[in-house]
Amino acid sequence: MSAAAAQFRAQARLCAADLRHRHFIQTALAGYYAKRDECQNRFRSWARACQAAAAVKQDAVNHLDSCLEEFASKIEARGAKVFWAPAAAEARAYILQLARDRQARLIIKSKSMTTEEIHLNAALEKEGFQVVESDLGEYIVQLRHEAPYHLVFPAMHLTRHEISDLFHEKLGSPPTDDPEELTMTARRVLRLKYCQADIGISGANFAIAQTGMISITENEGNARLTASLPKVHVAVVGIERILPKLSDLALFLPLLATAGTGQPLTCYNSLFGGPRQPGEPDGPAEFHVVLLDNRRSELLADAEQRDALRCIRCGACLNVCPIFKSIGGHSYGTVYQGPIGAVITPHLLGLQQWKHLSQASSLCGACAEACPVGIHLHHHLLQNRRNAMRAAPLWREKLLFAAYAFVMRRPAWYRISARLARLIQPLHRWIGGSAVDPARAWTKTRALPRLAPKSFGRLWRERPRP
Amino acid sequence: MTHRETILARIREALKNPAPPPGQGAEMRASARAWLPPAGETLEEQIELFRQNAQHLQAEFHTFPDLPAAARHVRSLAAAGGWKKIGLHTGSLTGPVARELGLREVRTDCGYSVEELESCDAALTECEVLVAQTGSVLVSSPSAGGRALSVLPPHHVVLARRNQMVSDLTAALQHVSDKFRDKFPSFLSFITGPSRTGDIERILVLGAHGPKKLSVLLLP
Repeated sequence: MSAAAAQFRAQARLCAADLRHRHFIQTALAGYYAKRDECQNRFRSWARACQAAAAVKQDAVNHLDSCLEEFASKIEARGAKVFWAPAAAEARAYILQLARDRQARLIIKSKSMTTEEIHLNAALEKEGFQVVESDLGEYIVQLRHEAPYHLVFPAMHLTRHEISDLFHEKLGSPPTDDPEELTMTARRVLRLKYCQADIGISGANFAIAQTGMISITENEGNARLTASLPKVHVAVVGIERILPKLSDLALFLPLLATAGTGQPLTCYNSLFGGPRQPGEPDGPAEFHVVLLDNRRSELLADAEQRDALRCIRCGACLNVCPIFKSIGGHSYGTVYQGPIGAVITPHLLGLQQWKHLSQASSLCGACAEACPVGIHLHHHLLQNRRNAMRAAPLWREKLLFAAYAFVMRRPAWYRISARLARLIQPLHRWIGGSAVDPARAWTKTRALPRLAPKSFGRLWRERPRP
Repeated sequence: MTHRETILARIREALKNPAPPPGQGAEMRASARAWLPPAGETLEEQIELFRQNAQHLQAEFHTFPDLPAAARHVRSLAAAGGWKKIGLHTGSLTGPVARELGLREVRTDCGYSVEELESCDAALTECEVLVAQTGSVLVSSPSAGGRALSVLPPHHVVLARRNQMVSDLTAALQHVSDKFRDKFPSFLSFITGPSRTGDIERILVLGAHGPKKLSVLLLP
């Protein structure tokens, strides 16, 4: 078992048994379900809109090279600098060099999973730069030195009391149980940071090829401030964020808001197409776009799972996943949690170390049903299992399945085995749930169903005939 | 080989493996508009829809018979909010309304000090279009005094004319495409209600980083 898998097991076991946590997460998500359904019903056809979005995004992915070239040339024409980063290390190095060259001290960030993926904050802090997250949820988890709990709701696992205690300890604010007062405390602290920040770093939800712009979706206004006030704006953008046309946003913006947070549209959907232009009153003097590959091209090469690049990071699959709801976001130990994380993490970080995520699934398909761009998530989990087994077969499992197949193909053997099992089962009572029980993984917490006294075959033969 | 060539070569190599779902983006793109939420046929329907959306978003929305009536309303907002200083950009609507107010002004047209703008009590801007379908205000750098004016002060007041109302997001994006062609400004934003967050226990709080209040005033 890999270290990541051992960690996952231990964490998941703890979290699944924490009833308070489970209840808290389910309550938070209940509100989301209601609002999401309401928004979906506003669509003339949610299902058809999703199909259209899947086709448009797949089209972009299938022409990723030309889309990226168009995006880069258009945005460069307006004075942006595009850096192509083959992997996380190059992206980090570029941004570090930029921070050194501009003699930056304070760097303000708006929410970006891509920067989490390349562990940018740690790299910047190691060199002495102060990095402040400005999204409220991200700011809270940053103060706690924690990773985000959820792609979209980074601090959804915390109660207002925990946040109040945190702010009291770190910011010296008086204790309160009013979410509004807590939000205003963070607003005041972060406003000061905005006025002092030398560099603003953001992600992007979409990159528009046709017009050379990045699109950022948010509710708070922190991304807008990040891209407005500091002299330098850096956007870290995964190469799969591309959308071919500006008009595609008319479909993708409401889709993302509905699936992501249960809103018809989020509060701010902003397009940034370069640094401050001649005649404009404000905006950064420099705008850098870091286009990040970081093994996305390997996922692209996997024709079977290429559709995972359609992902718009809305988090809908997490919100409906029975596993996520039980084990929570931190158990995954990954930047991307939930079903989409289980699918793409093995591609980004290595299948053998991360294959356990694909095992932690009931294959119920709720994720695929919730996905607004129709990614075949639970099929991909099965494919990851198959690929992992192909690359590194587990002999015990292979042997077991070979024996099973042997018995199932031979009716006589099957009958004998069933009869034997019926004879042996009463003995199981003595070891059930103990360390020597071969079925312990099941019997530890559940009763083993009893075999029926007569098999179906026997009942059939003995049925009364007219 | 540069990084750019490396990445493009990887992508081209990867795309040699044909993927099962073929891209039918072009056809689907054309049909998508029909599946989105409805947006009203006539201007009156669109204004009504915008009003409903604004109410849902906790934004203020009013229509006025003329400019002086709108200016009077802004004056009442100023009195109620105790405004002392406002941020604005020079425009055919913002100018006359600001004159009525007679407050200290920070104009962003030719650059401004962030501290000055940050300490304003309200911002007065115009916009590109209003979107009935979503209750959004589409602003751009040239139409709304830059990037920060409409997000920094705690109350954002938008002045718009009736002919700026469009049905849906598609029409709004079409409007800016036709207007700017290949000379897009560096900033465009759909503003949909006052700034908000749900990051603490998923409870809605207005005024996270941006304005706590949004007023949209529609003139003939």
